[in-house]
Amino acid sequence: MVTRRVPLVLLACGSFNPITNQHMRLFELARDHLHATGQYQVVGGIVSPVSDGYGKQGLALAKHRIAMAKLALGTSSWVTVDEWESQQPDWTETVETMRYHSERILKELGTHRDSNGNTPPLSCVSPQLKLLCGADFLNSFKVPGLWLDKHVEELVGRFGLVCVSRGSLQSELAVHESDLLHRHRHNIFLVTEWVRNETSATEVRRALRRGLSVKYLVPDSVIDYIHQHNLYTEDSERRNEGTLLRPLIKQARQPGKSLDD
Amino acid sequence: MQKQKVTEVVLLACGSFNPITNMHLRMFELARDHLQDTGQYSVVKGIISPVGDAYRKKGLIEASHRLEMARLATANSDWIKVDDWESLQAEWLETAKVVRHHYEELHAGDHNKDDVDTVHHSKKRRIDENHSEISRHQERRDGPQLMLLCGADVLESFAVPNLWKQEDIAEIVGCHGLVCITRSGSDPYKFIHQSDDLWQHHRNIHVVHEWITNEISATHVRRALRRGYSVRYLLPENVIDYIQERRLYSAESEQKNADIILAPLQRYTSASSSS
Repeated sequence: MVTRRVPLVLLACGSFNPITNQHMRLFELARDHLHATGQYQVVGGIVSPVSDGYGKQGLALAKHRIAMAKLALGTSSWVTVDEWESQQPDWTETVETMRYHSERILKELGTHRDSNGNTPPLSCVSPQLKLLCGADFLNSFKVPGLWLDKHVEELVGRFGLVCVSRGSLQSELAVHESDLLHRHRHNIFLVTEWVRNETSATEVRRALRRGLSVKYLVPDSVIDYIHQHNLYTEDSERRNEGTLLRPLIKQARQPGKSLDD
Repeated sequence: MQKQKVTEVVLLACGSFNPITNMHLRMFELARDHLQDTGQYSVVKGIISPVGDAYRKKGLIEASHRLEMARLATANSDWIKVDDWESLQAEWLETAKVVRHHYEELHAGDHNKDDVDTVHHSKKRRIDENHSEISRHQERRDGPQLMLLCGADVLESFAVPNLWKQEDIAEIVGCHGLVCITRSGSDPYKFIHQSDDLWQHHRNIHVVHEWITNEISATHVRRALRRGYSVRYLLPENVIDYIQERRLYSAESEQKNADIILAPLQRYTSASSSS
């Protein structure tokens, strides 16, 4: 009897300010890891840049971040950029973005027909959506006011997390130290990236501000775009300076927000 | 009041490039930014010189492939080029010889032929006597200065017994220069400080701090390829395509030269002297 693999889509939320080779690497690492478990077939990847309403310091306009992500992923056969989150009027909770994509995927993959008009075996199993992230993400759950407990519960319980980090020890500790995460540890996949690669978008912006090269850290097409639009400067880094992150404001005001909202 | 003179520099990177990765390419960019930032240098060219097959390193695939991959990787670079001279030599060549060859190529059109002769004679003398000779040599230079570009691990390999000849190290750092990119786990400043020979020429050793840690080792890339894992975004796409089309890296290819001693170790531990 053939074991049917669960079709899986990976969703990465974040600033992508700008997108880097390391962001795209996360998808590759996660896919390899999940395939190796024998239980999953990764059928798609989604990069969902956060909206401008997030209010993070130095955040370039969503239209630019989307354009750069599209350039970077132009040659990818399975990872795409999605604009839904960035187009919402206000900052959107990650769990809401996940619900949106989950519904969309169920509709799309559920009615998929191959070239002969047959339903391939994969679609017999409901496709799943998991959140792809780095190690710092797990630690962000601890930041006061950044996450609502019930959202974290839905994120790891209903959906699941694929967390890529340099050494899984730190991630394992984060899971261990949180009762909530620990309870859903079977739904948290820890992937180790053995190559030390700290190409953070923050460092890339710093290098660009200082006129230093970021070639081979970020795709050439993205570098060209950045220079054409003069995107990252000392001025741009000061955008939203002194402003609180939107989630801290939004979630502080409405502590009783239910799952149905 | 002396006017700040801008010296033209050519960066030379020797190594296996088995295969070339984004980290190798990044080293050139970092080195160029660093040197130009001092206001004293203008980096005009970068040269990638893959080692010959006679190096006999474990897992080293044919030079023809390594050269082609490096060419593909630098196709869209306007200043980094690949040179096949070293790989075409029948025997393994000491890095100092490769440096010397490229230096002579760069200065082939120099007016003062005495410069070239001085380089040949100085290597036979002791390091102390070299010092004044070296500084005079540097001042007489017409064309660009050649600097060896490497990671901090190469700098520290100077201490490995029988891997380098002391006079070669002296020639490289004394007559030319070293640009050394830091890596985690190594402290190049300390290493230089602890070596009298290196310390003497520390002004010729430029340590470049890699803030955006990027340790994409070729060893790791080969391991991932063997295991069928993705190496996308670790090396240029056209290089990945080249590797996959030819199935270059496998468990079998990694066993190449498995029982053979590395060429430099073989040469220096034997009684015969090298030319």
